Amino acid sequence: MIFHHTRYLTQNIAKVFIWVSAISTITVMILILLQILGEGLPTLRPHFFFDSPRSMGREGGIFSIIIGTIALTAVAIIFATPLGIGTAIYLIEYTRESRISRIIRFGTDCLAGVPSIIFGLFGFVFFVIYLNMGWSILSGGLTLAAMILPTIICTTEEAIKAIPNSYREVSYSLGGTKWQTVTRAILPNALPGIITGIILSIGRSIGETAAVILTAGSSLAMPTSLFSPTRTMSVHFYILAREGISMEMAYGTGAVLILLVLFINTVANWLLNRYIRHRT
Amino acid sequence: MSQENKIVIKDFNFYYDSFQALSYINLDIKSKQIFAIFGPARSGKTSLLKSLNRLTDMIFGARHTGTILIDGKDIYDPKLSLTDLRRRVGMVFDLPTPLPISIYDNVAYGPKLRGTKQKKQLNEIVEKALRSAVLWEEVKDRLNTSALRLSGGQQQRLCIARILALEPEILLLDEPCSGLDPISTMSIEETLIKLKENLTIILVPHNIQQASRVADRAGFFLNGELIEEESVYQIFTRPKDKRTEDYITGRFG
Repeated sequence: MIFHHTRYLTQNIAKVFIWVSAISTITVMILILLQILGEGLPTLRPHFFFDSPRSMGREGGIFSIIIGTIALTAVAIIFATPLGIGTAIYLIEYTRESRISRIIRFGTDCLAGVPSIIFGLFGFVFFVIYLNMGWSILSGGLTLAAMILPTIICTTEEAIKAIPNSYREVSYSLGGTKWQTVTRAILPNALPGIITGIILSIGRSIGETAAVILTAGSSLAMPTSLFSPTRTMSVHFYILAREGISMEMAYGTGAVLILLVLFINTVANWLLNRYIRHRT
Repeated sequence: MSQENKIVIKDFNFYYDSFQALSYINLDIKSKQIFAIFGPARSGKTSLLKSLNRLTDMIFGARHTGTILIDGKDIYDPKLSLTDLRRRVGMVFDLPTPLPISIYDNVAYGPKLRGTKQKKQLNEIVEKALRSAVLWEEVKDRLNTSALRLSGGQQQRLCIARILALEPEILLLDEPCSGLDPISTMSIEETLIKLKENLTIILVPHNIQQASRVADRAGFFLNGELIEEESVYQIFTRPKDKRTEDYITGRFG
């Protein structure tokens, strides 16, 4: 009977613990969203989206900043995705556990653990100064690309590993070359996992502040080319709040940032589900 | 019977690292017959099948000595095109392995890899292959649905159709009925007997009864050795080797 009792007690404690964890997580998330959206939503009128910032961002909108954020993230994703997917394919399909693959894995694991400010410093020294690209969308985008590369490699690797070996055997036994097997039997089936990695990376890029200030600058002007400096929403939020320029505008920017991330997640999920339903 | 030898295997040894999976196999297989390879688990049946279209190349640490000739040509000749060999020597695995794409795309997969692009030509190939695998009537109205929605037996016939779309000369089947019910098994066996008119089939049967139902000749494998090879009637009624007899009569295995 005693044993029965203890087991019952453990069960109950575990249940309470799990419930408390889940509820506190949700509560924290809701509180943050309420705070940012509650303070920020009233600022969101059409002109806030489509006007350029005036007097340091105290007035006007954040149009140039939205464009800068999107451009910077796009550059990062465009550079990091092919490199990351290529590396993952190499690691899993083209090489066996060897010295080179161990070095690459060790490298990506280290990269994943490096704080973003270090990436910023590297980007500043290498892209901005050494390669003379200045504070620019390109410098910032490349720095972010280096930062998100480990995420993309890792999620792609996991997605490819999950493909049953029989798909490979089938493709080879039907006269497929290695490349044909990778592009037709493996990647299409790994795509949902890969996309998840890219979405995570987009979120990280949009939210990054430290690395971006050091490499893309904090110019409020509308960027005109890849070599223009720019300011992203996170940086704008940081500067507005930190320098006490305008908390109202800061919350507005924060709200747009959250809505943008939500929007990207929703669209990506919708596309993914359509893709999966279409295939199976 | 005055048929020529389609496959000639000479002194063939096969190893996974230090484990010897096949030792000194010598075997001739005649064209347009069904040859059954039977024996207990781990006797080297699958290794031999996969050696015939060099799927063993995928396995790390696999190596071989000896030769395998198909139509008199060494399949391990470095000048030989591997993709070409695999189109000529098709393989069906023990469990149905449809790719998670439509029925049509599964069958068209091989021809597309080969470079056949014209829609009309592909349509003809797909229909012909599905007809040969006796699946056409069941799926003709839903070619664009996912292959995963087919039943196990249909999936396995789809896998056969997928190979047939490449018009192979040799068909390797590794216990193709192991996951199937008796009715599906019967329809696959009927399909095989029909296919024999045009190609050479090497079958690892699901059981001895299956071998005796469909095969012309059979070889008994044990621990990587070919114990004996005979016509089906001979081997199942008057086996020469004691071990074959023991296996057939169910004394082990």
